[in-house]
Amino acid sequence: MLCDLCGKNQATVHLTEIVDNEVTELHLCEECARAKSIEMEQQFGLGDLLAGLAEFAKGIEPTESIKLKCPNCELSYDDFKKIGKLGCSQCYTTFKKYLSPLLKKIHGSNKHIGKAPVKLAHTLNNRKSLTLEELRQKLQRAIEMEEFEEAARIRDQIRELEKKQNKDENNR
Amino acid sequence: MKTIDELIHHTSEWLKGSGPYSDIVISSRVRLARNLNGIPFPHRLNKKQAEKVLEMVEEATKKIDFLKNSIFIRMQDLDSIDKQFLIERHLISYDHARPDNQRGLVLEESEVISIMVNEEDHLRIQVMQSGFNLFEALSIINRIDDALSENLDFAFLPDYGYLTSCPTNTGTGLRGSVMLHLPALVMTRQINRMLSAIAKLSFTTRGLYGEGSEAKGNFFQVSNQVALGHNEDEIISNLNALIRQVIEQEEMARQNLYTNQRAFLEDKIWRSFGILKSAHIISSQETIDLLSLVRLGVDLNIIKGLNRQTINRLFLITQPAHLQKIENKKLSSQERDLKRAEIIRKTLEAVT
Repeated sequence: MLCDLCGKNQATVHLTEIVDNEVTELHLCEECARAKSIEMEQQFGLGDLLAGLAEFAKGIEPTESIKLKCPNCELSYDDFKKIGKLGCSQCYTTFKKYLSPLLKKIHGSNKHIGKAPVKLAHTLNNRKSLTLEELRQKLQRAIEMEEFEEAARIRDQIRELEKKQNKDENNR
Repeated sequence: MKTIDELIHHTSEWLKGSGPYSDIVISSRVRLARNLNGIPFPHRLNKKQAEKVLEMVEEATKKIDFLKNSIFIRMQDLDSIDKQFLIERHLISYDHARPDNQRGLVLEESEVISIMVNEEDHLRIQVMQSGFNLFEALSIINRIDDALSENLDFAFLPDYGYLTSCPTNTGTGLRGSVMLHLPALVMTRQINRMLSAIAKLSFTTRGLYGEGSEAKGNFFQVSNQVALGHNEDEIISNLNALIRQVIEQEEMARQNLYTNQRAFLEDKIWRSFGILKSAHIISSQETIDLLSLVRLGVDLNIIKGLNRQTINRLFLITQPAHLQKIENKKLSSQERDLKRAEIIRKTLEAVT
């Protein structure tokens, strides 16, 4: 029997997979089986990596982190370390102390500066909106990078902001 | 559109082979991860709670103008061929095809917009564009996200941004991905250097079918890894700038081959064309590899009388689930290899 994947070599590894109550048999040569197992290992890779990072974060307060549980979904920090996934939005508040350094490790930052849900954006008092000066700098950068589509968008943002500020001044 | 069966008859928007740099960039995609406040993330939901999430999202999407031509699919209503079919069209992930929970899919008619419900996060909103079009995709997804956020209570903290199941997505929840066709960089053996340079800049490279898939043939998907500490525009601008450089490198490599190794290049392209035109049995992997070279031949105007959209369509309809949807029945691997070869022969018949 030839390998199902490459169709070239003799199949020596036989796998049975059950998906949706349907049994599929996979007959693979050694080479493809090895490739497939690497593929499968890699899928687990991210969890392991995160678990490692969480371990690192844990070092800051080891005893408490083991006991701490989210009151909303009951996920413990230990569970998180095992699966690399949080249980609910409240976990972020519960585990804040440990998550902050973890997020910094993953993203190089633990401070969000992007958009907010429309409803919240108003209450956040637009503190995240860029000033005219910042926008002009951004425009300059975009032009230097020859990102003209981006530059055009920033130009429009500047115009809009100028218009708004003029209006505010007139209203004063 | 009422069912996914209708999709087989049209070419997905992103496969049109149009848009900027569509000789090298197949498609541009952005996705946002969003969750509902206070409700456990999908991997911690029981059946009843998961069903509730589906209902809430279905309700919210009905109110949105952008999504008025969309259908709401419950994944458990689909058979395994349908699920595979959606994976092949890049509308759902491998994980979303798993039968372990109540999962849903909002699918807009042109296949530009789709929302996976109860995948790793409650919502995974996706926008796809043909060619190199990241900013357009971002602008569309922002509007959908804003509209959804008026009707759903998204989990958000001012410090951390959008809260996601996996901390790698926390912040913007944004991932931009660009599907690139880089045959000349592969042929000139420069690809590994390119991929390691991309990795050093904290971007990732994946294969044709996203997470966990290996880079098959000459197709590579490049995406950002960082989601926090930059705003959405910056993340997409950075990815955009990186992709521009990759495109430039591929263009140079193509020009180099065309000028200095013309005979070698034409030989490879016409041999691939020859096999596709005459094969009676062909696997899906061989099809991808050979079509890739034929596409290069079309891009370089070596093969005339064939357009990119036809090739893109061939890439898609020769995938296992697509063949079975066309035939409207289950086909064994051997039957598929026969059918696949037949469809390709018929399509290329008129081309010389």
